[in-house]
Amino acid sequence: MVSAIELRGAAPAVRESAWVRGLLIGTSVIFLGAFLLAPLAVVFAVALGKGLAAYAASFRDADTLSAIRLTLLAAAIAVPANLVFGVAAAWCIGKFEFFGKSFLIALIDLPFSVSPVVAGLAYVLLFGAHGALGPWLTDHNVRVIFAVPGILLVTIFVTVPFIARELLPLISAQGNDEEEAALTLGASGWQTFLKVTLPNVKWALLYGVILCNARAMGEFGAVSVVSGHIRGLTNTMPLQIEVLYNDYQFVPAFTVASLLALLALATLVIKSIVEWKAGKVGSQPT
Amino acid sequence: MAFPLAGLRRKTIIPGFGLTLGFTIAYLSLIVLIPLAATFAESFKIGWHDFWRVVMSSRALAAYGLSFGAATAAASLNFVLGTLVAWVLVRYRFPLKRVLDAFVDLPFALPTAVAGIALTTLYAPGGWFGMPLASLGVHVAFTRLGIVIALTFVGMPFVVRTVQPVLEDLDKEFEEAAASLGAGRWQTFARVVYPAIFPAALTGFALAFARGVGEYGSVIFIAGNMPMRTEIAPLLIVTKLEEYDYTAATSIAVVMLTVSFVLLFGINSLQRWSSRGERSG
Repeated sequence: MVSAIELRGAAPAVRESAWVRGLLIGTSVIFLGAFLLAPLAVVFAVALGKGLAAYAASFRDADTLSAIRLTLLAAAIAVPANLVFGVAAAWCIGKFEFFGKSFLIALIDLPFSVSPVVAGLAYVLLFGAHGALGPWLTDHNVRVIFAVPGILLVTIFVTVPFIARELLPLISAQGNDEEEAALTLGASGWQTFLKVTLPNVKWALLYGVILCNARAMGEFGAVSVVSGHIRGLTNTMPLQIEVLYNDYQFVPAFTVASLLALLALATLVIKSIVEWKAGKVGSQPT
Repeated sequence: MAFPLAGLRRKTIIPGFGLTLGFTIAYLSLIVLIPLAATFAESFKIGWHDFWRVVMSSRALAAYGLSFGAATAAASLNFVLGTLVAWVLVRYRFPLKRVLDAFVDLPFALPTAVAGIALTTLYAPGGWFGMPLASLGVHVAFTRLGIVIALTFVGMPFVVRTVQPVLEDLDKEFEEAAASLGAGRWQTFARVVYPAIFPAALTGFALAFARGVGEYGSVIFIAGNMPMRTEIAPLLIVTKLEEYDYTAATSIAVVMLTVSFVLLFGINSLQRWSSRGERSG
């Protein structure tokens, strides 16, 4: 590395000229500014455009409050479910060799490549009135589709990979030596996990949880298909945004959107802290 | 554990294999496999003739064409600009670089519906970008160009985040060697750096493309949603479902699912190729 730094000064041929650097940096800043910062800024500009009083008034709508509650509920169910799944999946895939392992990894990734709309439809076809389990559910008076259970199920579906994907590379890269040492010294399996494995992966785990949470609160397509859009009952925050926006109620729509934008900003801040703590440079794309 | 699978695992004293594998398989089956299998099962009831009539209808063909075309355009834009952003973030120092780097992940964190209404407001005829663009005769909102803009937004992090770690690990000695042998800077990039980051950039392209093909939330606000012109395939599924035309919705969904499986397989192969390149590089 030292030689590279010395050479950088000595040999200009491994560096671009100042105007090329300026041009590349300028293009990147304009691209990121126009595509990332401008959309974020416009959310707050419209939400606060009619003043703080109008912003606050948007929260007096009972349907909006019920949408916020439903979104919190969806995240409160989906994140712990996928946390348990992510830890279990990362443990069996990262610590053991077995037949069909790469197939299992591909299966965990599947919800990332399936369109959220198709995921929603799959649940409608299984649990809906015309679906395979529809008649049985109707007989037992259970509503899944166009009701809260369907929303919870599709939210779990779209967020399945997040925590497992963050944990898996780390757990398999760390090998089994530390765990085997702990077990040899008489620790139980559970103690070994809590005292040896968990401290090694805690930042990746936290990062997976916040990404999972952001997606659980923000999912639109899959939830839209199974929700039925019953105001005050089955609308989550993103669906409520759509309803308000299509009603030309721009300030309330962008007010709800600003809450989710703040959640996104908090997610990015926590992610930066986690990366700084974990000391890793760059991150794996999800 | 009496699992036949237990015999296949490598010998280790670490416990919990049967429990965690059993739970993982049961969970994936219930949440992912059974619902997706139900979609295929439902499509078998339709019958070949009806299935073919729906998936080859001119409206469906227009929707796939738009979804694939716009996703290709957006992923290509991200391929070029994402590689550029990764290069700038790894190689140069400038004010607020760390903040900009953190912001690259915004499309992962910002809900698609929020992105959708924000982009529509920006590019609408009276919006911050829409007004100056309209005076140049460029219309973005409610056109196909708007769909490309939305898909560029949602796919942006993929190429940057796949290329960034490869560039960071790239040994500068190769570039120094090329330079000392008389290669110009552009030649060095084209012949030394670009081949090293190409597999990663292509993986990012494929991930952005896969995301773009299935994307719904950010697109429907900006697209205009006119059948045959600005109606993406996922929207056509929703429209058919709202008309209680389960046959049509399922048929189009099966086509999309098949594409997803092919893309997933392709991306996995690309990632293996890409990580092999990283290790030898």
